[in-house]
Amino acid sequence: MSKPVLQVDGLSMDFGGIRAMCELDLEVHQGQIVALIGPNGAGKTTFFNCVTGIYNPTEGNVFLNPPDGSKAIRLNGLKPNLVTEKGMARTFQNIRLFQKMTVLENVMIGRHCRTSSYIFGAVFKTGATRREERETVEKSYRILQKVGLESAVNELAENLPYGAQRRLEIARALATEPFLLLLDEPAAGMNPQETQELDDLIKRIRDEGHSILLIEHDMKLVMSLSDKIYVVDYGRKIAEGTPQAVSSDPAVIKAYLGEDIDA
Amino acid sequence: MFSLEQLKKSLLVSLWFAFLTFPLLVIKVDPIERTVQWRWENMALVAVGSFLISLLVRLFFIHQERRRERKTVENLVERMPLMQLVLSEPRYLYPLSGAVLLCSLIFPFLFSTYQTNIMITALMYVMLGLGLNIVVGLAGLLDLGYVAFYAVGAYSYALLNYHFDLGFWMALPIGALLAALFGVLLGFPVLRLRGDYLAIVTLGFGEIIRLILENWNDFSQGPSGISNIPRPGFFGIELSLEGAILYLYYIMIAMVVFTIFVVNRLQDSRIGRAWIALREDEIACQAMGIDKRKTKLTAFALGATWAGMVGVIFAAKTTFINPASFTFLESAIILCIVVLGGMGSIFGVIVGALILILLPEYLRALSDYRMLAFGAVLVTMMIFRPQGVMANIRRSYQFKSNSEGDGR
Repeated sequence: MSKPVLQVDGLSMDFGGIRAMCELDLEVHQGQIVALIGPNGAGKTTFFNCVTGIYNPTEGNVFLNPPDGSKAIRLNGLKPNLVTEKGMARTFQNIRLFQKMTVLENVMIGRHCRTSSYIFGAVFKTGATRREERETVEKSYRILQKVGLESAVNELAENLPYGAQRRLEIARALATEPFLLLLDEPAAGMNPQETQELDDLIKRIRDEGHSILLIEHDMKLVMSLSDKIYVVDYGRKIAEGTPQAVSSDPAVIKAYLGEDIDA
Repeated sequence: MFSLEQLKKSLLVSLWFAFLTFPLLVIKVDPIERTVQWRWENMALVAVGSFLISLLVRLFFIHQERRRERKTVENLVERMPLMQLVLSEPRYLYPLSGAVLLCSLIFPFLFSTYQTNIMITALMYVMLGLGLNIVVGLAGLLDLGYVAFYAVGAYSYALLNYHFDLGFWMALPIGALLAALFGVLLGFPVLRLRGDYLAIVTLGFGEIIRLILENWNDFSQGPSGISNIPRPGFFGIELSLEGAILYLYYIMIAMVVFTIFVVNRLQDSRIGRAWIALREDEIACQAMGIDKRKTKLTAFALGATWAGMVGVIFAAKTTFINPASFTFLESAIILCIVVLGGMGSIFGVIVGALILILLPEYLRALSDYRMLAFGAVLVTMMIFRPQGVMANIRRSYQFKSNSEGDGR
């Protein structure tokens, strides 16, 4: 089997004396959807923040292996913007859109690290800048079509309904051309129909060749999507495996899924 | 129309105003005659006036409330305010800006030199406002020490001229560059700061520059300042005072047009969007691959560049500068221009600058109460239009439906 696109070895994170995450190992292979689940406060978002460079992990290593076969990249200590540039984009649990910008501009921001025009180009509108700008607009529009927001391009992001804001976050992350997408509770606060649409959208994104790591509380969605599930509790991994294996794991049932399965 | 409750509130307002203005408007001490004059008629005027104004304000709010209700009932399509409509349609915008430009070009021939001089000052503040707008309005970095860069520009012209006999046109780019350098210098230590903390550090920076200029006598001639700074040269021809003012006026018009052009291009570009994203959400902005450092530093540097240029022009206009021209009050006024005009909106900032600089001049007829009236205008503005004269409108894009096919 080829190298995993994301490889996390023994990742630990201390906040003062508190160990929020303890020696976590995790692998995401190309084209897989991997879910990270666990009760509230288990350290899932901390894991995302460590991997994407918002926190600098205390111990352990994070490697990215681009699917095109180029050299592995060690992510520890890289700034978040560089991590994104290397090909891993994320969304946020509490929506973090650029509220006062239009929907299209939000997605265009995602193209920032794939474009290069600067002050000179902007002021004199050089040929290269014009071309780049046209390409940015076109690509952004295509991504918006993909997530079904093409009718709202000029709407301010803050005026979008909740479910659409979540989809816009995904669109914005896709615009950075990632090979690995990290989704932090994409279905939080969605109604069943919106969740179903999200399910389809995530599968479509996977089919286009992106690998996906997701944190989610909606078990139905997780079971339907995931190729592999990691379960964490109190910062430790307590189980990993296929959805079937995990859902029958006694440790998991004890920590987390108990009621859900009995019900 | 008004309930008793509202009348009571207005009455309280008028009493409060009468009390507030009592020391200023009622008591007049004549130190020579050693008498105190009690001008009770003023108090009556204030009381009645504020009562009526407060009733008017209430009427306005009631009216607005009704209109909003009607809107929600009929569920109208949201209509764009007239101003926004005019500004977002090139069909209206181009003739309008052409007319404004034409008016400003013939302005000096219609009005006196004195008026032209005031207009030069106003245009300088338009430029300063547009420069600070990059830092505060677009990038969202609250900068209270903007005047420091203005001082850097002014002193670089004054000193370069004093020591090396450099002319205005040479000093203009040098002043701008030096100011940009100082912008980066300020930018580095404040990269990690946001909001209130950033405001305090920049405030300190502004004061440091002023205090250095005031106390380093060998360098800047201290509080006595530098005099005999030449006005801009016109291909080596000596101009009369009036000619020089006229010339400076046209330089300012050109500079303002240049500024509007540049800022307009910048705000809808890749870097402009990055600034706005930085203002909206710093963490998300970084997560989307934007280099926070670089973006912040360019905002500081570009904002400072404009202050530097205006500084050079200021030195050339007044022919004398000293540190007293670069106090915190200047920064506050420029910030006021940006906030009052509407953060991030070019048109708003221009209107804001004209209001804030021209109003005190034309209110001179009110003599003693000039600043009082000025303050009242500011307060009223912020109550009725907290978003400023003109809120920033984002560019909208048109797409033909399905022009790109149905995804992949």
